[in-house]
Amino acid sequence: MLKIDRLNFSYGDLKVLWDIDLEVHQGEIVTVVGANGAGKSTTLKNVSRLVTWSSGTITFNGTDLGKLEPHEVVGMGIVQVPEGRKIFPEMTVLENLRMGSFIRSARPDREANIDRVFALFPRLKEREKQLGGTMSGGEQQMLAIARGLMANPKLLLLDEPSLGLSPLLVKFIFDIIQEINRQGVTVLLVEQNVYQSLRIAHRAYVLETGRVVLTGGGEELLNNEHVKKAFLGM
Amino acid sequence: MTLSVFLQSLISGILIGGVYALIGIGLTIIFGVMRVINFAHGDIMMVGMYLTFYLFTLFHVDPFVSIVITIPLMFLFGAFLQKVFINRIIGTLPQNQILLTIGLGLIISNSAMLAFTSDYKILTTSYSSGSFKLGEISISQPLTASFIITVVITAILYWFLMKTDTGQAIRATAQDREAAQLMGINVSRMSMLAFGIGAAMAGTAGALISPTYYIFPQVGSAFTLKAFVITVLGGMGSIVGATLGGIIIGIVESVGAVAISSDWKDVLVFAIFLLVLLVKPSGLLGRSRM
Repeated sequence: MLKIDRLNFSYGDLKVLWDIDLEVHQGEIVTVVGANGAGKSTTLKNVSRLVTWSSGTITFNGTDLGKLEPHEVVGMGIVQVPEGRKIFPEMTVLENLRMGSFIRSARPDREANIDRVFALFPRLKEREKQLGGTMSGGEQQMLAIARGLMANPKLLLLDEPSLGLSPLLVKFIFDIIQEINRQGVTVLLVEQNVYQSLRIAHRAYVLETGRVVLTGGGEELLNNEHVKKAFLGM
Repeated sequence: MTLSVFLQSLISGILIGGVYALIGIGLTIIFGVMRVINFAHGDIMMVGMYLTFYLFTLFHVDPFVSIVITIPLMFLFGAFLQKVFINRIIGTLPQNQILLTIGLGLIISNSAMLAFTSDYKILTTSYSSGSFKLGEISISQPLTASFIITVVITAILYWFLMKTDTGQAIRATAQDREAAQLMGINVSRMSMLAFGIGAAMAGTAGALISPTYYIFPQVGSAFTLKAFVITVLGGMGSIVGATLGGIIIGIVESVGAVAISSDWKDVLVFAIFLLVLLVKPSGLLGRSRM
């Protein structure tokens, strides 16, 4: 479905990604784990075309993403839930959700999708008239994911969805990600919470200083000695 | 100053403030979406004034009717300026943006001088100096008409921005450009729309004041300054703030001119401006965005 091939990327003189190869197949949850600054978020930014890579290719179902504008990437069904949630602060929960279904292909399903995300996150229904900027971090994360689902994504990119959340909420968010995947959405998840993300992932990539150093099944990497030592403190 | 004189100047201040608000709203929408301060704003307004003047003298279109032509033409003019010039400097250093928009303003006003000479033109309608009485207070007819039109246009714009998908997408772009892109919003198209709307608002303001103001190529610079004061006073990027700012400046000018002298009205405006910024640097409604 998504294929990243020998991707190189620099911020000015600083090279951030080195020959990244990564694949996501239909129906999977694939996770990219690694420390802060390993290049995880940058990888997602490249997929969404918010930045422009220096060499390599990214294709989605065979289409080269390199020639597309960010909004056209969304039109293809690749939707990113960004790090830091990026909720529209002066819009209500409902307006934020409506913006999620801005693309033409998603508008006919708008009302049905609002019901669907309210079923996933009943808390959002209680807060539907509240301004996005006044909500707690956990509520904003729910809203960010819900807003992403409003576009009928084929591939959902999640950037650090558990960042700054309480342990209880972290578990809830990871359960939701599994639930979304069961409903047929392919997920590419970027996380610092290595244990939780490997636990739910079908396959995983470990990134260190901009390079893929390990790849394998989620379960398999959870038992990998290097992963245990570097990330799980075992 | 008697009460009736005070009320008289207060009312005319509010009426002219409505037009100022329109200019300010245009500037604030452009700033909100693009983070660019449009120093050509007054000159764009001047184009609206000439458009209205020639529609009136050549085709006998009433200034208040002509806005149905002025609004779409000025929208296209603004969209063109954005697409060809402003689009290139989004996200660059502020000084580049200032130089570009000031330069555009100079080109527009000097082109107007070439085309129309620097003679002052006056658009005289049958009602230009007409007024009606409300007790002891006399209220200018053209100002009243322009205020009503201003209210209607502002209400339509507000509805558009709050209730339609495109309007909400413009607000979303103003609130978080990157997040807007991730919603599948074409942000450069929204910038073009925003600049078009801003120019249309400025052009409309030009049309509305043309029955009561001299029309000349350099008329814009004073209004650019005024628009800047209005938006900063209200809070950059806030539409309600710009509306409030416009009305306040209108009242201060009008009441100040009567209470002290019309030579001092600008001093008063800037004094109020500095006072508000001292107390609240982000402007009256500085924290609320579009």
